Amino acid sequence: MAEASSKKVLLEPIFDHNPIALQILGICSALAVTTSLDTALVMCVALTVVTAFSNFFISLIRNFIPGNIRIIVQMTIIASLVIVVDQILQAVAYEISKSLSVFVGLIITNCIVMGRAEAFAMSNPPVPSFLDGIGNGLGYSVVLVFVAIVRELLGSGSLLGFQLLQTTTEGGWYMPNGLFLLPPSAFFIIGGFIWLLRSWKTEQQEVSEYEMAPQSKAMEAH
Amino acid sequence: MFNKNALNTLVVALVLCLVCSVLVSTVAVGLKPMQEKNKLLDRNKNILSAAGIYQPGEHTDKDVAGLFEQFSTRIVNLETDKFVTEQELAAANIKVSSFDQRSASKSPLLSESIKGNDPAGIQRLVKYAKVYVLEKDNQVELVVLPVRGAGLWGMMYGFLVLEGDMNTIRGLSFYEHKETPGLGAKVDTEQWKSQWPGRKAYDQDGDVTIEVVKGGKADDANEIDGLSGATLTTRGVDNLIRFWLGERGFGEFLKNLKAGRA
Repeated sequence: MAEASSKKVLLEPIFDHNPIALQILGICSALAVTTSLDTALVMCVALTVVTAFSNFFISLIRNFIPGNIRIIVQMTIIASLVIVVDQILQAVAYEISKSLSVFVGLIITNCIVMGRAEAFAMSNPPVPSFLDGIGNGLGYSVVLVFVAIVRELLGSGSLLGFQLLQTTTEGGWYMPNGLFLLPPSAFFIIGGFIWLLRSWKTEQQEVSEYEMAPQSKAMEAH
Repeated sequence: MFNKNALNTLVVALVLCLVCSVLVSTVAVGLKPMQEKNKLLDRNKNILSAAGIYQPGEHTDKDVAGLFEQFSTRIVNLETDKFVTEQELAAANIKVSSFDQRSASKSPLLSESIKGNDPAGIQRLVKYAKVYVLEKDNQVELVVLPVRGAGLWGMMYGFLVLEGDMNTIRGLSFYEHKETPGLGAKVDTEQWKSQWPGRKAYDQDGDVTIEVVKGGKADDANEIDGLSGATLTTRGVDNLIRFWLGERGFGEFLKNLKAGRA
């Protein structure tokens, strides 16, 4: 594999082929764990590790996987890795694993992991697959961190638990906007992120599939 | 051809399952001691912070064991509402040190299922409960009660700490819950928990008066302000507190303890 293309495999998913912004995968956890930055960061690391290693292992055995059970084989590998990550988190970062609760387990169902295994790892050698996993994990992380910063800052006036905007309940001036702690806000923010990204990289804008027909005009009475 | 393919598929599936299960179980078993230690530390820290002894920033994880030594661990019989005697312990085959509240609430020997009215959604009521008592000069200063109840997504486990008058609340703390991060999970934040100290659990007649309500007033000694956006979590906390302070929970035991009959 030439160096230029490894770099492309690693960096392209961050902005050019962002799994959340362009492929709209993995939205579920992006809504759930982004109310504070620290949980979002741990989730990003966990997902990146799982995607990278599942890609690596699946690619390693891709020539032995019978086509008719490939999805189950991929799931088994992904699920085992997720359990391992969850166990490690419980052992070394108990507080954070408590706040992530079920969402670590839900990485198994994250479409990005499965999507990359099926779309890339099944047809590429292990090392590029590993890099592709890291790249897609980073692409996911960029969106998650962006969303989490907006949500934590506007929703609770803090970042990583440090109070930046003094809230009114603590005698300051900032009235926290509770909407940002609720799941719908993540939709707006992800939408805004996609808008920003597509204004910057205009080639990502899609051609509209159909023209809106003009409204029918009222004619004289029939 | 078909047979060869089918065999190949079976072999791959078997080998993969074997490798994955060995990996998962090795990790799970290998990390178990660390996880158990974390859980115990977290639980003890929780008790201490509900009791207002552990101050984040002032103490660290290393102080927990030392601070926790002040408490004596006792077992309460919830049927007689008194501390159990040595004979009872031996008869029920319980050791204070190894008694585990969580597994007791699942064991058919140590708990029974609640038929009918179950406001806290706990399904099984334990016969024995492990409480922690802090005594000074033979006077009970603090008593830590294990409480649990259904929240929105699952059972919430925590500790309620009462002062020596068995009425003033010192604190409430949850060490395990499955509430929504950012909404219901706020039951675990310092800000919300700071409402509890100083509130009164009972009125003069001994009826439970403390309640968790939306828009609870800060100057009312019996009201705790619920969490906005987390109605079911709020209701769960309200139900579990009222249950465990009530007759079927620790209500009678607290009266006995106050009167020195426990």
